[in-house]
Amino acid sequence: MTAREVAEKLNMTILTGSGDKEVTGFYTCDLLSWVISHANSGDMWVTVMNNLNILAVASLVDVSCVVIPEGIEAYENLLERAKEKDITLIATNRSAANVIIEASKLIGR
Amino acid sequence: MSEEIIRLHYDINDEDFSAAGEASSGVKKTLSALGVSPETVKKVAIAMYEAEINAVIHADGGEADIEITPEEIKVVISDRGPGIPDMEKAMEPGYSTATETVRELGFGAGMGLPNMKRYTDEMYIDTKLGEGTTVTLIVKI
Ligand SMILES: Nc1ncnc2c1ncn2[C@@H]1O[C@H](COP(=O)(O)OP(=O)(O)O)[C@@H](O)[C@H]1O
Ligand SMILES: [Mg+2]
Repeated sequence: MTAREVAEKLNMTILTGSGDKEVTGFYTCDLLSWVISHANSGDMWVTVMNNLNILAVASLVDVSCVVIPEGIEAYENLLERAKEKDITLIATNRSAANVIIEASKLIGR
Repeated sequence: MSEEIIRLHYDINDEDFSAAGEASSGVKKTLSALGVSPETVKKVAIAMYEAEINAVIHADGGEADIEITPEEIKVVISDRGPGIPDMEKAMEPGYSTATETVRELGFGAGMGLPNMKRYTDEMYIDTKLGEGTTVTLIVKI
C-alpha cells in the first residue's frame, strides 16, 4: 500500500509529495543518528521533529514518507523544501503509537 | 564501473544547519548512479552523514573530499574547529557535548562516531586542539 493510500485510509493530511512510495515498514524516533542507522528504506517514519534536518535523513534513508503526529505544525520552510525534494510529509492529530498500530493493520505488517 | 578514480569535493558551510546532509545526499546519488550496491551506498551514506553533521555542529563547517575507485570509497571530512580533547570518551556511545539548541534539532545523540566506526571498514581520526579534525572513512566495495 502506498503512503498516500495509508494516509487517506487513516484520515491523515498529505502536506507535500506524491505519496506514491510503497510503505514496507515503520520506524519512530526523533534522534537523527538513530534514524539514519536503524530506519529502513520504505519505512513510514514518525517523528515530532518538524525542522529542515529531517529532510536529509528522510532522503538518505529513502523512507516512503514522514509522519508528523500529535497535531504538530510543520514549519513553513520545511514544507517548501520538502516539496522541492519530493518528500512525502503527512500530518495527523494521532499519536505516534496510534499511527503505527493502525497503519500496520492496514498493510498487514 | 570504469577503472579511473572519481573524485568529488563539497564545501560544508552551513550556518543555520538547514542544509546539513546535502554533501552526503549528493554522494549517495552519485554512488547509486554508478551502480554501487545498495548495501555499500547505505554504509557510506550513514558514516558520511555523521561526519558531515559533526563538522557542522561541532566545528562551524568544513570540507568533504571523496574518492571512488573500483575497490573502495574513501571519504575525507576536514574542519578547522576546536579539535577533540578526549578521543576515547568521544567514541563512547551516548557521549555528546552538543548544545541544547543543537539537540532540539534532533542532533547530539552521541552516536555519530560509533556509527562511523560501525559502518566503515576503516576509520582514521586526526585531531589537534585548536586546529581542527580530519576524519577519514573507508568503505570497501
Ligand atoms: N569534528 C569535530 N570537532 C570537534 N569535536 C568533535 C567533532 N566530532 C566529534 N566531536 C566531539 O565528539 C563528541 C561525540 O561525537 P558524536 O559521537 O558524533 O556525537 P554527537 O555529535 O551526537 O555529540 C561530540 O559531542 C564532540 O564533543
Ligand atoms: Mg555527531
